[in-house]
Amino acid sequence: MAKNISFTLKYWKQNGPKDAGHFDMREMKDIPDDTSFLEMLDILNEELVAEGKEPFVFDHDCREGICGMCSLYINGTPHGKTATGATTCQLYMRRFNDGDVITVEPWRSAAFPVIKDCMVDRSAFDKIQAAGGYITVRTGAPQDANAILIPKQDADEAMDCATCIGCGACVAACKNGSAMLFVSSKVSQFALLPQGRPEAAKRAKAMVAKMDELGFGNCTNTRACEAVCPKNETVANIARLNREFIKAKLHD
Amino acid sequence: MWLTNSSIGRKVLMSVTGIALILFLTFHACMNVVALIDGDAYNTVCSALGANWYAVVATVALAVLVVIHFVYAIILTLQNRKARGSNRYAVTDKPAKVEWASQNMFVLGVIVVLGLLLHLWNFWFNMMFAEMVNGGYAFVADVPAHDGAALIALTFSNPIYTVIYLVWFVALWFHLTHGFWSAFQTLGLNNKVWFCRWKAIGTAYVTIVMLLFAAVAIGYTCCGGIAA
Repeated sequence: MAKNISFTLKYWKQNGPKDAGHFDMREMKDIPDDTSFLEMLDILNEELVAEGKEPFVFDHDCREGICGMCSLYINGTPHGKTATGATTCQLYMRRFNDGDVITVEPWRSAAFPVIKDCMVDRSAFDKIQAAGGYITVRTGAPQDANAILIPKQDADEAMDCATCIGCGACVAACKNGSAMLFVSSKVSQFALLPQGRPEAAKRAKAMVAKMDELGFGNCTNTRACEAVCPKNETVANIARLNREFIKAKLHD
Repeated sequence: MWLTNSSIGRKVLMSVTGIALILFLTFHACMNVVALIDGDAYNTVCSALGANWYAVVATVALAVLVVIHFVYAIILTLQNRKARGSNRYAVTDKPAKVEWASQNMFVLGVIVVLGLLLHLWNFWFNMMFAEMVNGGYAFVADVPAHDGAALIALTFSNPIYTVIYLVWFVALWFHLTHGFWSAFQTLGLNNKVWFCRWKAIGTAYVTIVMLLFAAVAIGYTCCGGIAA
């Protein structure tokens, strides 16, 4: 049976990247605990709009955990604390208790400037992806799917890496603002497959160079990223990226 | 040069110098244990090294390693603070799997360097340096510069030094337990299987090395150089 909870919501308001920003507080009354976190914020915004106040701005899109758009730092954890890892949209109010103070903050990282409130500019990830996160193929009739045999284990591993949705939780959690888990997952999803090998060296160098250029930090292996990743990417990907990058540089 | 102008390159410099320094510590610990077994034997080792050209060259090489490791630690830390941005989180909840040492490597490193300076003052200054400039006699007492056993006994006759050295060893232990597997991770020599292996090997290895160091400090404090 669903029950209702009441709690204090402390949410970050910031009018653009240059603004200092501050927290707003609001008492949320009788929220059903089967409400999702984003639905709860919708309720907040309906109340704010009804009172003639400016609504709270946050990113969201698919609301089914696959697009990587939602990005809230909830009570000190990106996407909020869940048992197995989930995005903010898959977080439900039953994870919270009556009387809690729930603090909602944006991703805080120099490479992710705040656009407004808790909406941050993550186009840096798109730029890294555009620098090399693809394979070059001729278009035309596709060849038979089984023409290139791929061990099941490699295919599974590549798929696991490809499930990274680029939400940026890794950067948000990292004390160094490093994007290594994202970049390594994107490099790995190609590096593990034969179709990705021809451009593997070029890809690793280009994506790391872009990552450095955009002001992300240096990885110090704290593993905070994998602890908060909603898709359970592991730091084994980072070791693979290091390997690919070092091999590529030694080969130059 | 990719080693200095890429993030992974700078980390490779940290890993390689770090591993080299761990290997040096291994050699140093093995040498120290001799002092616990027999003071004269230890002094023979000290004489063999002394201020001979190969020992001086090795010392300079070590100093270069420490400087690279320390300078890049400062550069990386500053870059990382900048990447983090000026806005701090109001609430942070550290995940259970994040080791304390991994987030405090710089602070631990500073403690290690301070301990190192004290250690150089206690021993290197009275041994290699004294042999070069003070006619083969230690500055701190009227003993030959190669009488390492006497200098150990003298230093650890003051229990304050023992405590400081033990704190230093603990800081070093924390620093190295993270540094060991982290170095292999950075060099790309890691995967899901080897992750646990490197951690276990690293923790065991570093614990043994640090216990060897601690044994000499404690042994000489309690028994004042029994074997010497």
